Amino acid sequence: MNIIIIDDEPLARSIVKEYLQSYDAIKIVAECNDGFEGLKAIQQHQPDLIFLDIQMPKINGFEMLELIENPPSVIFTTAFDEYAIKAFESNAVDYLLKPFSKDRFDKAVQKYLQQKKVSPQKTEAVLETAAQSPVQQNRVVVKDGSKIKIIPVNQIQYLEAADDYVKICTAEGSFLKKKTMSYFEQSLQSFQFVRVHRSYIVNTQLITRIDAYEKDSHLLLLSTGAKLPVSKAGYSKLKDVLGI
Amino acid sequence: MVAAESNRKLLLLNLSWWIVVSLIHAFILSQSALTVDEILIDTLVTFGLLGGICFLIVNNMRYYLPQREKYWYILFISLSVSGFCSVMSKFLLKLLMGGDALYIQEMHQSSGIRFGIGFLLVSCIAMMSLLWYNQEEQKQMDARKTEAEQLAREAELFKLRQQLQPHFLFNSLNSISALTASHPEKARHMINQLSEFLRGTLKKDEKQWNSLAEEMQYLELYLEIEKVRFGYRLQTDIFCDEAALELKLPAMLLQPVVENAIKFGLYDTTGEVLIKVAAKKQDNSLKVEVENPFDPETSQPLKGTGFGLPSIQRRLFLLFARQDLLNTRREENHFITTILIPQNI
Repeated sequence: MNIIIIDDEPLARSIVKEYLQSYDAIKIVAECNDGFEGLKAIQQHQPDLIFLDIQMPKINGFEMLELIENPPSVIFTTAFDEYAIKAFESNAVDYLLKPFSKDRFDKAVQKYLQQKKVSPQKTEAVLETAAQSPVQQNRVVVKDGSKIKIIPVNQIQYLEAADDYVKICTAEGSFLKKKTMSYFEQSLQSFQFVRVHRSYIVNTQLITRIDAYEKDSHLLLLSTGAKLPVSKAGYSKLKDVLGI
Repeated sequence: MVAAESNRKLLLLNLSWWIVVSLIHAFILSQSALTVDEILIDTLVTFGLLGGICFLIVNNMRYYLPQREKYWYILFISLSVSGFCSVMSKFLLKLLMGGDALYIQEMHQSSGIRFGIGFLLVSCIAMMSLLWYNQEEQKQMDARKTEAEQLAREAELFKLRQQLQPHFLFNSLNSISALTASHPEKARHMINQLSEFLRGTLKKDEKQWNSLAEEMQYLELYLEIEKVRFGYRLQTDIFCDEAALELKLPAMLLQPVVENAIKFGLYDTTGEVLIKVAAKKQDNSLKVEVENPFDPETSQPLKGTGFGLPSIQRRLFLLFARQDLLNTRREENHFITTILIPQNI
């Protein structure tokens, strides 16, 4: 069984390594300092299980997981993160609060071994709930080819549905992320984003004009020149947010 | 001001009170030789007037509650209102029923008692309303007080938690846990450092002023612990001017600024992070510059000032009533925080 340890503190990694010595069947295939390294290593080694810290340089543990197609099972290791704990309490294999004992560690590994037989873990569900954490709400992390891009929410112009993906349009171009429209509709609500159409969510800061268009529908003009359709339901939502 | 809901209750109570009194009055009159019409008109005029004016008084109290001399106020207002009412009702009743000599005579005979009863009723109602409103006001004040107390408690708890810095504490303990197996002597050393640091945190009073030399010692302790945690990634470069060492600064001001720089540096870049701290004397102030690297591409303009700086800005403002003591600037990929601490002497 292959595992990867991802934590930005060397001593925190070493304690996981030390505890794992008693498991002959487990092989540590990589140790990573941050999410970027972690992402590469996971794609390269396809591990069964990862030990993941949450607060890490550049992108946090959740954001890293979001970038992986089929994320492996995760045991989170974290010191103190109220929001995160709430988020993954129900969905992760387990989470270890630093500092943790060997007993506690063993329990977490046992839990994974048992769960593996019964049902595959729902890492996606962890991410859905983790997205409610305020740390994550003001940016979106996407993959741009082999590079990783961090987009501050205020730089997003609008989002467009694209099959299983959502196209995130910014001044620097557009990026795809495997999420649903309703996911973004919810998580971006507090940033004045409105779902004006089944396939569009718009940054209301950029709206310059709303024109009537055919029966029951409108057309939005953004300061960037983009034109977006507005459905009837979208128009009433828009009116609420803009106070018109 | 009392809520409309409670005010409506009081007015309803008043109304029913007047209806009961009117019924009693009508009943007593029916014992005499007056006709039904006369009884009806008499009752309506007398209590219509009294009730109407009382309604005005009560409603008035909703907006203005006499605080001092309130009992004199009630006596005065009850006397004048009941006096006015009895003159007014006499006039009206005469106008309406001047043809009936028997009635007029009866009315004249009873005018003293009518005034007396009117006065008693009005003062009763006024007194009742006054107490009612006072009680309502008291209730609201109590609610406000409880709320304020709760807010204060929450703020205190929050402050305590901040002081403990749980994230830092638990991560340090985790590092110690890792060291115990491989390097027991290092683990012991770190326990000592951590204890000393925590003792410093607990002991320090935010109002206290310390010399830069003392604060620097405390800061180095903190940096040593962080360096054990982050290993090679964290490098520090501290420089203090000889002349600045004896200058004073508020306790626990520098450490959060450096902590902020470390977090900003460590979580915004992936390589080695060099944190520079430089202190010197400038004019009559102590100037401390803290520098950390950051990634201009990904760091957000909104969050650009870092995690904990607003609270430091606020503390400086409370101490010196100046907004210009904390400044930040960017130089290429370095973020520099400058604090200026005016010296009293």
